[in-house]
Amino acid sequence: MSDVKFQPGDAVVVAERFPRHHHRVPTYVKGRRGVVERLCGIFGNPETLAHQGDGKPAQPLYRVRFTMDHLWAGREESPDDTIEVEIYEHWLEAAQ
Amino acid sequence: MSADNKHGHDHDHSHPHPFQPDDDAGAPSEHMLLVRALRELLIEKDVYTADEERRTIERMDARSPAGGAKMVARAWVDPAYRKRLLEDGRAAAEELGVEVGPTKLIVVENTPSLHNVIVCTLCSCYPRWVLGLPPAWYKARAYRARVVVEPRAVLAEFGTELPQTTEIRVHDSTADMRYMVLPRQPEGTQGWSEEDLAAHVSRDAMIGVSLPDTPKATP
Repeated sequence: MSDVKFQPGDAVVVAERFPRHHHRVPTYVKGRRGVVERLCGIFGNPETLAHQGDGKPAQPLYRVRFTMDHLWAGREESPDDTIEVEIYEHWLEAAQ
Repeated sequence: MSADNKHGHDHDHSHPHPFQPDDDAGAPSEHMLLVRALRELLIEKDVYTADEERRTIERMDARSPAGGAKMVARAWVDPAYRKRLLEDGRAAAEELGVEVGPTKLIVVENTPSLHNVIVCTLCSCYPRWVLGLPPAWYKARAYRARVVVEPRAVLAEFGTELPQTTEIRVHDSTADMRYMVLPRQPEGTQGWSEEDLAAHVSRDAMIGVSLPDTPKATP
């Protein structure tokens, strides 16, 4: 567990990639900035697991918290409401 | 209405009713054919029997929200258990004899300033081991698409209105974890037995679209 890249509280940005294969990152968080809430554990990568692959290298999985106003830019019901989404480490970069 | 119409229909039967299509109408998809072929082969090669498969489905279908309700009720009466439940949902379930299979369970707690609600926008992930089979609306596109954008409007349609001062937090089960909401204990239920409390914890309260029933009178 020592080689995980992010800690709770770290600001991160979700990669803006749009692969056609199974990858389990919802479009509404792509390119968006959030904060790591916790590390859930290390899991096989679904992008290969779902396609006859071995899921390796395994990926740290984080819960990332986003605020509604950042995701929906004016359409949100309340700016302080939040969404938490599980995202694998290879989809995350440190936010500047 | 014709005079010989004796069964209360307000029209005669000279025209056909439009039929609602059956769920399994039409040609099966490639994936469905693959599943059927695989199943037939597994049974033919004695990997398992048709009856074993049926029993497994029966066991899966028999799971109910009672497991989750038992955990919630225990958390309400036992602060040490509540702490363990929030730290490790899986271990806390097993402690009460609630089977969780392979589920990695995260329990999220409602407070006066925070209300949690669960969805799976990508498919229909649901904590089946502790809540049983998901309701049809949970799997519907409308719920999955709307609750991440306008959770307050969706909750209001379930009869749940929350003040703006309460933060709503939507949990999108996109990957390996499953979620269950620990609702707030209703007013007027202090001192109740775990069994009576558990009876007031509904499935929908543990998904987060509802609140536990408030008792009208002490049982």
